Amino acid sequence: MNPPQTLTLPQPRTDARLIVNDLSIEAATVNGTGSQTANNTLAKSLFRMGLPISAKNLFPSNIQGLPTWFTIRVSKHGYTARKKELDWLIGMNAATWEKDVAALRAGAVVMWNSNELPDAPVTARPELIAYPIPMNDLIKPVAADAKLKKMLVNMVYVGACAHLLGIEEEVVLQVIKDTFKSKQKAIDVNVQCLNAGVAYAREKLEKKDPYRVERLDANGDRILIEGNTLCALGALMGGCTVLGWYPITPSSSLAEALIALAKKHRVDPESGAIRFADIQCEDELASIGMVLGAGWAGARAMTTTAGPGISLMSEFIGFGYYAEVPAVIFDVQRVGPSTGLPTRTSQGDIVSAAYCSHGDTEHLVLHPGGPEECYEFARIAFDLAEQFQTPVFVLLDLDLGMNFWMSDPPEYPTGAFQRGKVLTAEKLEQLKQQSKPWGRYQDVDGDGVPWRTLPGNAHPDAAYFTRGSGHDEHARYTEDPDAYRRNMDRLRKKLETARLALPRPALETEPGARVGLLAYGSTNNAMREARDQLAHAGLKTDYLRLRATPIPVAEVEGFLAGHDRVYLIEQNRDGQMEILIRAAVTTPGLVEKLRSVRHYTGYPIDARSISDGVFAQERSR
Amino acid sequence: MTTATTEKTNRSGFRWSDYQGLPSTLCKGCGHDNITRHLIQACFDLGVVPHNVVKTSGIGCSSKTPAYFIHRGYGINAVHGRMPSIALGAKLANHELEIIGVSGDGDTASIGMGQFCHLIRRNLDMIYVVENNGVYGLTKGQFSATSERGAKSKGGEENPLTDIDLCALSITLGGTFVARGFSNDPKQMVNLIKAAVAHRGTSMLDVISPCVTFNNHEGSTKSIHYVMEHDIHLNELGFVAPWEQPAAEVKAGEAIEIPLPDGSRLVVRGVGNDHDPHDKHSALQVLDEAHRKGEILTGLLYIAEKEPDFSAAMKVVNARPLAAMDEADCRPPREAFDRFIAGHR
Repeated sequence: MNPPQTLTLPQPRTDARLIVNDLSIEAATVNGTGSQTANNTLAKSLFRMGLPISAKNLFPSNIQGLPTWFTIRVSKHGYTARKKELDWLIGMNAATWEKDVAALRAGAVVMWNSNELPDAPVTARPELIAYPIPMNDLIKPVAADAKLKKMLVNMVYVGACAHLLGIEEEVVLQVIKDTFKSKQKAIDVNVQCLNAGVAYAREKLEKKDPYRVERLDANGDRILIEGNTLCALGALMGGCTVLGWYPITPSSSLAEALIALAKKHRVDPESGAIRFADIQCEDELASIGMVLGAGWAGARAMTTTAGPGISLMSEFIGFGYYAEVPAVIFDVQRVGPSTGLPTRTSQGDIVSAAYCSHGDTEHLVLHPGGPEECYEFARIAFDLAEQFQTPVFVLLDLDLGMNFWMSDPPEYPTGAFQRGKVLTAEKLEQLKQQSKPWGRYQDVDGDGVPWRTLPGNAHPDAAYFTRGSGHDEHARYTEDPDAYRRNMDRLRKKLETARLALPRPALETEPGARVGLLAYGSTNNAMREARDQLAHAGLKTDYLRLRATPIPVAEVEGFLAGHDRVYLIEQNRDGQMEILIRAAVTTPGLVEKLRSVRHYTGYPIDARSISDGVFAQERSR
Repeated sequence: MTTATTEKTNRSGFRWSDYQGLPSTLCKGCGHDNITRHLIQACFDLGVVPHNVVKTSGIGCSSKTPAYFIHRGYGINAVHGRMPSIALGAKLANHELEIIGVSGDGDTASIGMGQFCHLIRRNLDMIYVVENNGVYGLTKGQFSATSERGAKSKGGEENPLTDIDLCALSITLGGTFVARGFSNDPKQMVNLIKAAVAHRGTSMLDVISPCVTFNNHEGSTKSIHYVMEHDIHLNELGFVAPWEQPAAEVKAGEAIEIPLPDGSRLVVRGVGNDHDPHDKHSALQVLDEAHRKGEILTGLLYIAEKEPDFSAAMKVVNARPLAAMDEADCRPPREAFDRFIAGHR
């Protein structure tokens, strides 16, 4: 065995005199203290200067009083994944202060509220660049009561950062105005605190750090948005009319965004009726039941949940598979097993979604790889569910769902809904005239997908009995071995038809690459940066991104065949996608080429973890 | 069929055979089959449109029965204890559907307790029949949660636990139609079912329905013999459909006439009591008194016919069902879409 090798990647420079449009800022605050407004102001101001950014909220499973960290990454290269190295810390939380400072690399900047936090941890590390600010003193003239003080103090660091980094003041002012809209009083006090920060930095702080931001106008018509909101928009445009859900982090904001959209955009102006029903259910057992009941009766229905909810829903999901009922399930993955880390991210439900429920089942699962696909996949999930009469999963994760991403603006859809094989009374009569008796579970087209009728269809032959117990082609109860097997084989055939109809994998190549990288979901956001790092170190890579399972066997086999080694990057411990690939790839000599890079800390994956992981294995070959 | 032409049709133009189902596979003499007959009778009489009926159930002997009636209706047999959620989804998708849910005491009072409680609380417009025999039949005779303390199993074992009274529970949960019936009492049952069809909200019918195979022995408190001995009618019911004339004018003080949303009327006459089915406290009191005396009180216990049902409360009753909504109904205009996008810059 070779000893572990370190990767000769470019390390962040700490001695540079000027670093423009490339830094990560982290505000360490206490949750429930109003820091979100300040952090959003900072992030949005940078975004409006045309700087590529991403913003992540690392928060506790708690309402008030526990540590939370908000990280903004500015990257002129457009890298949006978490950056491993922190450049600029804003210390506001006494509880984490010592640890936060200790974690900083030499040359990093630390700004802190010197009225609340001791200077000692910073003075003990002279290699840091220190910006102490007596924030409480500064806002005394502005805010009288203690609660308001607590909220407003955060705006001081926005002002100080703006001055030191060169964030355009008028942009910040506009963001504050847009945030508080017509609440002039709120605008005024926030601006006063902002100005207090700006003035203090100008008068009392000497700029010692190399970081600076400059207008880049690189963002075009992009928006800054959470993946959950884009999924909600996709569901709205995809025709979802029934939402059954149970609150669970990190999916609740998806449901709530959809409800807000529906309340605004689905109200009948004449009757006041809403063309949308949202039911906050008693539990996940009920939410999936409602979705299946609605889907069975012909509505486009969905639920939002996370891993624990999937576990609870699994019996009904098997019912949906076997009785062939459309449903859309958004699983915003968090960290398991069990309750796990409810506010942290992982790709931990790949296997449980793919094979959810007892007996032989396999489901259609979409893996959006970025904000644009959150919108797109949410929308098409409803088409797929009805076309294949089965539950469809949209698997995103906390990182993609709850953090802020730059996204190309979603496109207004023009096509019609794909409602799948639904027999109206007229069509049924035509079949009858042609002496073709209809059977609910009959494979008339050879693609495994049967025709269905919807309740209320008045044709005498339209009604049938849906059941999760054994049934034949005409939906009659049976325990007959041949009928059972025929049905199971048809369901398999239907899955094969669906496999080819799902979004194809995305391939990015580099001439001469012998090594392949394979990833999916939110990992995609770190891949360009990781590949640049590897290329810089002399390793060319091709990249195949899976966008859906069941595994697209031909593409994956082709990718394996075309490379010497293929690294599969996952955000889970057990290599869950690898399990699916190993089950699907049957051509001899291919799976042996698979290598694995796994990241499972609860933090979003960063590029360096990928490039280090790949490079270490390449070096130790 | 040649006989079809001669078969009598009801006021909606459907034949009796349209309301029939597959032959029952339950034990000969099962109370559940009687309830099936009462459901068919009531729906035929009222002219319920078969293809607008959704028959739904959970798991158990009772839950098999939707296959045995209204074959032109749409059946959906859910997982154990979770029929209410299926019913709710179907009704939201298409409010024109008439939902008839059939459950059992195991399916409702044990595994399905959570969904049952929330169904009652939501007041979804549907009929919810509990075919209550105090025993798990399909798994061969275990006690259910509605079995009384002291009741004996077929093997002679005594039930040490108190029973759950689904009627009292429904009333306290805010139920708007709560009744108890006996499978072998056609007159009362058909009237109760008709009133349940006419009621807008969840109509909960707890029907004592003896299991002839596992709970019909000496010592059982749900055997045919025991129930016949202990069945006390709380009230006499008269259902008057909108197109019918009442047999006689109701005199004040003798009976209560309850107008139902579809124009029908329910005439309720107390039997040796002055219980007003609008009186929640009285309903709980008569139930409690009967329980103490070991009587099985049947009839209409409680009704709150003016409460809004779930779809009305949620404002989701559109001119067309949600299931029929198309692109134009679902997608906001391009300008609104663009405005939303612009709000994120």
